[in-house]
Amino acid sequence: MRRSAIRDKAAIVGIGQTRFARTLEASEYEMAVEAIWNACEDAGISPRQIDGVVRYDIEQIDEEQLLSVLGNPHLRFFSATSWGGGGSASVLVVAAAAIAARLAETILVYRARARGKRSSYGPGKHQGGRYWEKIPNVLPGPNQWHVPHGLVAAFQEMAMISMRHRIEYGTTDDQYADVAIAFRYHASRNPAAVMRTPITREDHHRSRMVSDPLRLLDCNIETDGAVALLVTSVERARDLRQPPAVIHAGAMAAGSHHIRLPTFFERPFEEQSPVRVARELFAQADCRREDIDCAFFYDFFTSMVILALEQYGFAPRGEGGPFVENGGLQWPRGRLVCNTNGGQLSEAFIHGFNNTAEAVRQIRGTSTSQVPDCEFVLVAGANTDPTGAVILRRL
Amino acid sequence: MAGEERSFVTRDIPLPAPTPDTAPFYEAARRGELRLQRCSDCGMFRHYPRPACPRCLSRRFGWERASGRGTVYTWTIVRGPTLPAFESKLPYNVVDVLLEEGVHFVSEVLDCKPEELYAGMPVEAVFVPVTDEITLVKFRKAQSSSAPST
Repeated sequence: MRRSAIRDKAAIVGIGQTRFARTLEASEYEMAVEAIWNACEDAGISPRQIDGVVRYDIEQIDEEQLLSVLGNPHLRFFSATSWGGGGSASVLVVAAAAIAARLAETILVYRARARGKRSSYGPGKHQGGRYWEKIPNVLPGPNQWHVPHGLVAAFQEMAMISMRHRIEYGTTDDQYADVAIAFRYHASRNPAAVMRTPITREDHHRSRMVSDPLRLLDCNIETDGAVALLVTSVERARDLRQPPAVIHAGAMAAGSHHIRLPTFFERPFEEQSPVRVARELFAQADCRREDIDCAFFYDFFTSMVILALEQYGFAPRGEGGPFVENGGLQWPRGRLVCNTNGGQLSEAFIHGFNNTAEAVRQIRGTSTSQVPDCEFVLVAGANTDPTGAVILRRL
Repeated sequence: MAGEERSFVTRDIPLPAPTPDTAPFYEAARRGELRLQRCSDCGMFRHYPRPACPRCLSRRFGWERASGRGTVYTWTIVRGPTLPAFESKLPYNVVDVLLEEGVHFVSEVLDCKPEELYAGMPVEAVFVPVTDEITLVKFRKAQSSSAPST
């Protein structure tokens, strides 16, 4: 075991969110502020006390806009992590590093996301909040190697990765359904979830094919909403309102990234960023994989959860599919209970951050699908490249 | 594209804008040749084009003509949503071709029904002019008997 300098130095002490819905009237700015205020209320910390901000680099609401509503606090540290969902746990690694280095004491981490036509880009059919709908028609960069052939969206790229996994390991539609059913079941127990009606295997198989082999019920749901977290030092966390979720271990890894499919498949499995992240994470941690009580994988697609189980070492290579069978991920008796909020497949799609908020609830013991005596929780960013992950633990 | 409503999103296929890094690729494609960067020191092919070899770090390279032959490594059938420019093509395939030279190339297999695609399917490059400047490298089912069966 290698003791990292961020180990057990910082903790998540406040979580806040807006309502989640397919479309909200509020702007991303308004949603961000609502979530931030809720997180402050939860922690018993004034917005004026925030002295650090770490955001996703795809976030529209920047530090300047926030400062102008936070009572102009003295911001001592700010940073952004890259690659959308890949950076969704990395924000916590960066925040923990800044706390450990004493560059800031109270760090705000957040994501506000509006795909609703009114709240983001305008009323046109193709003016939603999806980045790929705004691809320019002149391509000097890496996307020139796939966009002109019609590969324009993340779900199509992930479909090709998923298809290769099926080719090599025979992963099945039934296994995809097992993931979707488990997470929808969790959502059915979570009043904040957008999609709460349980689904059957037949519902999954009947849902329309979006990009082979991915069906509609394999895909995350499009939602508006915001989630904010407050991270502070463990010493200070002891005196605050909520039981802290201590950032026990954290790691990031970057390789040649997923959008560049020409290079993705040229790298061996062991060199994929999530595999490297897992190696580093468990080298730092006080716990083994068997000690993880609950896990949150970036469930943008059912198939990518199956792949993540292999990348993070919970299932041998090629055996992620069998792992999820027979309620393998389902509360309360799964092999590894995952995404107890319903995940991005059913609760909401806030680029992974709604999953992180639920991970904190598991540590606090307040989930609607609570894992008994939950001590260690894994939270992983999107399992493409680059990415990051953290292990949270009870104090 | 007459009669199209003005929209933020183009209804034309987004096209590469050649840069000094990539111009040799597109010049070759216009001539009906698939050319790839090849490291002058370790001999490794690479794609997409970039200024150094990821294996030996050499910055010396040439543009070598590739056979154009390869096999389907993975694929998807896009059924939508997609960009407006591709909507009339739905459903269409996108394939990752493993070229004989050992590199992956994302493209499309022309004249191929979704159910015909399979991993290991032998394909060969065809060249589709789109504008005076840009010719896209597409693939078709291998016609020649010399196609590899890997």
